[in-house]
Amino acid sequence: MTEAFAKLAEHATDQWAELQARPWIRVSSGLMGMASGARDTLEALRHDLAQAGVEATISEVGTTGLCYAEPLVDVYVPGGPRVLYANVVPERVPEIVERHVRDGEPVVAYALATVGASVSGLPLREELPMMRHQVRIALRNAGEIDPGQIDQYIARGGFEGLDKALSEMDAEQVLQSIKDSGLRGRGGAAFPTGVKLGFLAGNPAPLKYILCNCEEGDPGAFNDKTILEADPFTLIEGCIIAGFATGASNGIVFVRHGHDEPIDRTRQAIKACYASGLLGGHILGTDFAFDMEVAEVGESYVAGEETALMEAIEGKRSMPRFRPPFPAAYGVWGKPSNINNIKTLSCVPEIVRRGAEWFKGIGTDKSTGTAIACLSGDIKYPGLVEVPFGVTMRQIVEEMGGGDPSGKAVKLVQTGGPLGGLLPADQLDMVLDYDIMAQAGAMFGSGGLIVCNETRSVVDLTRALIAFDQMESCGKCFPCRLGMTHLLEVLERICDGDGRTGDLELMERVGGNMKIGSLCGHGQLGYNPVASAMRFFGDEFRAEVAGEGAIAIMPFVGPQGPRRGAQVGGLTPTARVKDDFVVAVHPIAAEDLKPSGGAGAAKSNGAEQTHGAAQAHAQDEQA
Amino acid sequence: MTTGSTGAPRVAQQTSPQSDELRHYADEAIAGQPATTVTVLSSLLAVHDLLGYLPSEALSAVAEHSGASVNEVWGVASFYPNFRFTPPARHLIEICWGPTCHVLGAQDILQGLLKHLGLDHEADTPDGTLTLKLNTCLGVCPHAPAMSFDHDVVGHVTLERAARRVDLLRVADQEERRAEQLVADSEQAQAAQAAASEADAPEEPRSDD
Repeated sequence: MTEAFAKLAEHATDQWAELQARPWIRVSSGLMGMASGARDTLEALRHDLAQAGVEATISEVGTTGLCYAEPLVDVYVPGGPRVLYANVVPERVPEIVERHVRDGEPVVAYALATVGASVSGLPLREELPMMRHQVRIALRNAGEIDPGQIDQYIARGGFEGLDKALSEMDAEQVLQSIKDSGLRGRGGAAFPTGVKLGFLAGNPAPLKYILCNCEEGDPGAFNDKTILEADPFTLIEGCIIAGFATGASNGIVFVRHGHDEPIDRTRQAIKACYASGLLGGHILGTDFAFDMEVAEVGESYVAGEETALMEAIEGKRSMPRFRPPFPAAYGVWGKPSNINNIKTLSCVPEIVRRGAEWFKGIGTDKSTGTAIACLSGDIKYPGLVEVPFGVTMRQIVEEMGGGDPSGKAVKLVQTGGPLGGLLPADQLDMVLDYDIMAQAGAMFGSGGLIVCNETRSVVDLTRALIAFDQMESCGKCFPCRLGMTHLLEVLERICDGDGRTGDLELMERVGGNMKIGSLCGHGQLGYNPVASAMRFFGDEFRAEVAGEGAIAIMPFVGPQGPRRGAQVGGLTPTARVKDDFVVAVHPIAAEDLKPSGGAGAAKSNGAEQTHGAAQAHAQDEQA
Repeated sequence: MTTGSTGAPRVAQQTSPQSDELRHYADEAIAGQPATTVTVLSSLLAVHDLLGYLPSEALSAVAEHSGASVNEVWGVASFYPNFRFTPPARHLIEICWGPTCHVLGAQDILQGLLKHLGLDHEADTPDGTLTLKLNTCLGVCPHAPAMSFDHDVVGHVTLERAARRVDLLRVADQEERRAEQLVADSEQAQAAQAAASEADAPEEPRSDD
């Protein structure tokens, strides 16, 4: 242990002990809590505590993931159990303050669960359906610590991994440890993280960048923002360790502009790390130096693609670059770079601290560790769960999520974000595993799981997804720009009851052309939602085209016009794509649709890097 | 996606600043950025946060500061849909149309609210009070359907609740306008008084600074 860290740890332990000496109330605030009314709850708490004359620490913590129970208030009184109160509307606050905080008697009627010691009539937190299969690594501190207090992070084992790396290991050993852990990219592409970091480590350039992608444009996914809000330090520590392992000196965290809470909390956390000697020159008294900053970008889904992200950091339009050169050779500002999703980097501190073997013991053979799933839609317990790979989708949706709130049958789960696919109810026994899911044509992506019950129309859902994809096409390459528009037009007329014979085949042809002709994952995967919907619910599409759809679809009002660079100055283009428009005139054979070595993966950067071809890299870390 | 405080223009629009004032604000915003790395995009975001839109003065300011051409700056500004180029209405209402909200009935709320406001699609109300905007995802999917009122995100929205919030916002806006009018009137009166007393004072030679 370095001397500097020993001092930090000692201070943190003292602070933690002090914290336990008086009542500690943690309110799940952040974006998620605020949306459920936590602001009023906080106000009531402060007011009632003052009125009752009770001294207590109030911390605004990130969400625990139990979003259905928000506003969630977590009350600890010295000598008593820690109790979680669910749905604490301001009217319930006085009773909780007076009876529990002041008199030490938990209000069982409002309580959801206890943590640690048990109280009769209340389950332990671990016994809640939603917590049942969870193993928390990236979310280990979510809801537990105040994201503004670096001491609380350190007191719970934070920065021990960094300290271990700096004092007991060399860069190669750290890299080997990440490789051995089997950690794979959590942004969607599942590329082995250690191998990817190795590309950067192999580049002798003096200035190299570690980029962390928290762009998270995926509607339906909210795990990146949650990590930033609940525990920004784990990401910072992960970045520093990745920097040490690869010899990089700079880190950039990349967030969409407008997410004030996560951005502010991350900026503050970075500041705190500088103040504690955990960032800057001579980290923890060693010779290692690392700097970090937060970069913001405008609204753009494609900015989650790795090269588009670099363009956005440089302040340009977020349009993907051609590859090669790959980021490890030519990244942001032309310097070698490595991009990882926040969920990936957040696992790194614990891997180094506890060892690769520990991490490998969680999950399945080829998909080690945990996955974070965001549950929403027709589900009883919406929220965030971190589960080891190997659990089934059914366990997540039915056991942890509780299925449809009104007891209707679950029809499908939309996975993998707006470029992902559908999983019908009868396929829910699918095991959560990158390779098994890829073989079955399903995608876990960045973890958004949107559950639909039997009353929802697949055609309508598909149109909503394609409307999003069309709007977010960056417009750089025409197969995506025009293809998305064409798909949307066809879907719109099907939904409006004007479907034509041959429409489904038309979409298939357009989709096939998009797949072979697009530069990045947005276009290559753009047909995915339609393909997967038609595969499992083809009859519903055919019925809709024939005007015999069983589920009524309401007219759709979307955003105004094609948005990329088109609505400026009232110049919204009104031209529509002609129906007979096709990119290629010849019918395309199935094998042509596979990305080949020639299309997007010419070799320049070593054979290994082209592994997985255009698709893996293009979709890489698309969050 | 805009939540929290950044999106709210910090310069009141009703004063309709003049061109040189806009330029001044833009310069100020560009110079005062917290980010270590300043780019065309970060500068545009900073100006947009301050003014609520990007006037042409801002585009030239960013071009001058960054050494890019106005065309290049315009190219970036027109690419990101969170930028607008005309002064915004006084209050911003966003409706999430992400797939979760869509599944849970966002279209009902959107279309009901459009009717309530007398609009056909996302736009500013003619009186300049409200901007109704679609948001691709407000990021609170477990609490869908979601909306935000002046960047205050609200979950579990129904059409009735949304319409009530909108009405309250309108009432609050009328109060604000009245208060602003009072302030403006008293400032005008003060200025008139100052001008009158200045006219009484003996004339001094004007200095150049």
